[in-house]
Amino acid sequence: MNRETRVNLLLLVLLLAVPFVADALGQTFTVTLVTRIAILALAAVGLNIALGLGGLVSFGHAAFFGIGGYAAGILASHAMSGEPMLFGFEGSAQMPVIWIVAMLAAGLVSLAIGVISLRTSGVYFIMITLAFAQMVYYFAISWPAYGGEDGLSITLRNGFPGLNTMRPTEFFLVCFGVLAVALVLSALLSASRFGAALQAARQNEVRLASIGIAPMPIRLTAFVLSAMITAVAGALYADLNRFVSPSMLSWHMSGELIVLVILGGTGRLMGPVAGAALFVLLEFWLGGITERWQFFLGLILLVTVLFARGGVIGLFAGKERHG
Amino acid sequence: MKTFLKAATLALTLGASSLAMAEPVKIGLITTLSGGGAGLGVDTRDGFMLAIKQSGNKDITVVTEDDAQKPELAVQIADKMIQSDKVDILTGIVWSNLLMAVVPGAVAQGKIYVSTNAAPAALAGEKCDPLYFNAAYQNDNLHEAMGEYASKVYKKTFIMAPNYPAGKDSLTGFKRYYKGELASEVYTKVGQTDYAAEIAQIRASGADAAFVFLPGGMGIAFMKQYAQSGVKIPVIGPGFSFSQDVLPAIGDAALGAKASGQWAKDLDNAANKKFVPAFQAEYGRLPSIYAVQAYDAAQLILSAASKASVKDVKAFTAELNKADIQSPRGKFKFNTNRHPIQDIYLTEVVKENGTLTNKIVETIFTDHGDAYAKDCKK
Amino acid sequence: MTLALVIEQVLNGVQLGVMLFLMAAGLTLIFGVMGLINLAHGSLYMVGAFACASVAALTGSFWLGLVASLAAAAAAGALIEITVIRRLYQRDHLDQVLATFALILIFSEGTRWLFGSFPLYLDIPPLLQGAVGLPGGAQYPLYRLAIILAGALVAFGLYALISRTRLGMRIRAGESDREMIAALGVDIRTLYTLVFALGAALAGLAGAMVGALQSVQVGMGEPVLILAFVVIVIGGIGSIKGALIGALLVGSVDTLGRFLLPQLLALVVPPDQAGLIGGALASMLIYILMAIILAVKPRGLFPAQA
Repeated sequence: MNRETRVNLLLLVLLLAVPFVADALGQTFTVTLVTRIAILALAAVGLNIALGLGGLVSFGHAAFFGIGGYAAGILASHAMSGEPMLFGFEGSAQMPVIWIVAMLAAGLVSLAIGVISLRTSGVYFIMITLAFAQMVYYFAISWPAYGGEDGLSITLRNGFPGLNTMRPTEFFLVCFGVLAVALVLSALLSASRFGAALQAARQNEVRLASIGIAPMPIRLTAFVLSAMITAVAGALYADLNRFVSPSMLSWHMSGELIVLVILGGTGRLMGPVAGAALFVLLEFWLGGITERWQFFLGLILLVTVLFARGGVIGLFAGKERHG
Repeated sequence: MKTFLKAATLALTLGASSLAMAEPVKIGLITTLSGGGAGLGVDTRDGFMLAIKQSGNKDITVVTEDDAQKPELAVQIADKMIQSDKVDILTGIVWSNLLMAVVPGAVAQGKIYVSTNAAPAALAGEKCDPLYFNAAYQNDNLHEAMGEYASKVYKKTFIMAPNYPAGKDSLTGFKRYYKGELASEVYTKVGQTDYAAEIAQIRASGADAAFVFLPGGMGIAFMKQYAQSGVKIPVIGPGFSFSQDVLPAIGDAALGAKASGQWAKDLDNAANKKFVPAFQAEYGRLPSIYAVQAYDAAQLILSAASKASVKDVKAFTAELNKADIQSPRGKFKFNTNRHPIQDIYLTEVVKENGTLTNKIVETIFTDHGDAYAKDCKK
Repeated sequence: MTLALVIEQVLNGVQLGVMLFLMAAGLTLIFGVMGLINLAHGSLYMVGAFACASVAALTGSFWLGLVASLAAAAAAGALIEITVIRRLYQRDHLDQVLATFALILIFSEGTRWLFGSFPLYLDIPPLLQGAVGLPGGAQYPLYRLAIILAGALVAFGLYALISRTRLGMRIRAGESDREMIAALGVDIRTLYTLVFALGAALAGLAGAMVGALQSVQVGMGEPVLILAFVVIVIGGIGSIKGALIGALLVGSVDTLGRFLLPQLLALVVPPDQAGLIGGALASMLIYILMAIILAVKPRGLFPAQA
């Protein structure tokens, strides 16, 4: 077991243990905080597939995060009111159904965005993904049916078979479970032939092309997969807050998702988890100390980018091993 | 000995009520203290804290946190205040979208919410809640008042608001009372800062007035650009467009603008004559309507706390509902949906000793409630 | 629809375009020469506006404020170039995005720290107050005409600077071959700081000029920043000519879209619906434009380098 694996395991055990200890001590809010960490980590695991493995700097992942959130909000509101939506489908308050819809919706949108955006590269890719996310953002603000800028409340948190999701620890378990599945998926993916091709496309497109693999379909698959995972996180996030609004789609959210990945360590398996944990704790801790917390958050981010390359995981587990 | 006597007489004069006061009350104040909308949040906090300070009540603690105008953050803070700080009452949110995110969850957990500003239609009608009080108004009120005023004075009005729910509510509220002709109905982008295209439309519309609802920075930009455009059609709007927090930034371009408001600095009543100088002495600036609303929200809570225990939610809300306060707005009572019934005035922007401020011109509505109260059955 | 209204709207489009050009020129210059993507460019715009507003309030002169805005933005630009940006040239775009995102947080909260939470007041100078008559009976604000003129002068000045001066020659050389220019003994570090400060000053100028039309407040740079990015991406990143044409295109499409879309829709749907849908479509229009252009020309209209 190398050092990074040990750090990773320690992180997971901590993440799983803290909520239960806190719950036993009556610290309900700590459970909420850790749940938030798990959900943001899931979103970042999604983004990390495009950004870390594929080198695709998407500045528009808030779009998929928000689409997931709206999937949860819209389905739940229809299930509540009994009003049929498309094709007579009456919505659903069951998380698994919502996740599937979220993934389908984000999958379709990311396919369309990907087909156009992946023709570009570098800064153009960053900016065109941002532009598409802005389009979705303005659409959500001006579309009156589901609350527009005011957002959409979810009166009762959506359910999961066999669990009472209104209880903080049980909802946390759901989020942790999904995160664990996504982490396993992400590990399998990066070790697979597909993952190897994706990383090769990032490092040397020409060499990949010379052995007869076209980079575009690989990148597109990674982009869509990444969007789908982020969308599930969005659905969970809406359930955590019992609320969804266009601010989930704003470019600040896209920026924050990137921050999570880099803070933890780009391309590292557990980087997103470490990044999310650090970000949420920093936000919480600084926000408690000073009104100027954004100033200090900015400073800390800046120092991390400039001097702590490899992120938190890099700090504890040393440099990434290649090969 | 002297102090003991003082305390004893005080206890005697206050009678039994001071016993209930001993029950500590913890209030969570969530408001916007950073980002573009921080001005409104700062006024909300300052108005609220002024009332708490004036009361000298040591049993009341207020926990304040910044929501950065982000709904998710507001929800997170509300969760923290309820679960970790164990607050009894939440208050302070400025924006409707943040309020909609926080209130349903808070009242579901048995917490009282007293709104200092935001008042979306959704929470005034069918989805009203016995634990949700609004100390400000209902979102439509000020727009309705301008509709009423415009009916009397103008024949053809151009109306404009940002393309988001509060903007649509605004124009709906205006049209509810406006009887004249509409020249055009325009929705602008949220956060838009250049209104040249819209001003050109106003110029070409042939309207005799333009009703404009653009809160915060949007309104500042619009008024400055309008003043330069050479268009002479008068601009009218709800009070937010010309409230004390934005007037200095608009400058003389705002002079003469007519707006509606449930309060102005020169309103003639004893509570207001006490409030305005006290706020100025404490913070060195004129209070805005947001400060007044928050001041009243705090007064409401203080008055209920002096008569009932906050742990007995039913008794406490019954006391809140009596609205036994001296509001700087003058008359103030609650409607059946726990939103205010109050007078709404026409105000005009004037310059007093070099400072821009609002002056009351006439009363538009007397004892005005809102259109949603009849749907509130709880 | 009268001719006067059309003329007025076209001028509005041009004026918005000129403003965007001032922002976009700095962004594209910095990208072209140093290969850096700078999200904090909007913060420099804000610095310019705040400097202008506070100096104008202190001295009573808008013109002194304008000078202060140039100086303050250039100084802030040089400062962050030396302390932060310089370390990012060799990094990938990801690190640049993140570091400059962090700079936005620092600038915004720092400005609020210094100036408080309320918007500042900045008025148009007396010389440029009021409106002038145009052919066709239209009235147009003098100040907006002045902005168009100032933008045109800056565009011309930039062109002259880059094609006619020694500094411009070095900038062009820096764009095409960084090692070569260093080998020729040009102090590349100073050159980069200069270019960055120049871009910052242009943003500061834009902020000051727009500040007199809008409210000077924290966060005012962000919407403009995103528009400026749309402009340089449409025009081709690194190309000043592309930035100019992209800016005018975005300015016109945005203005005319806001004005024409609701009217077109009013022909088919009821007026209040037309206003709503038209408004929604208009706010998405430039992003749709950008997506279409990039779908056809992935490197923008005027790709700067191969």
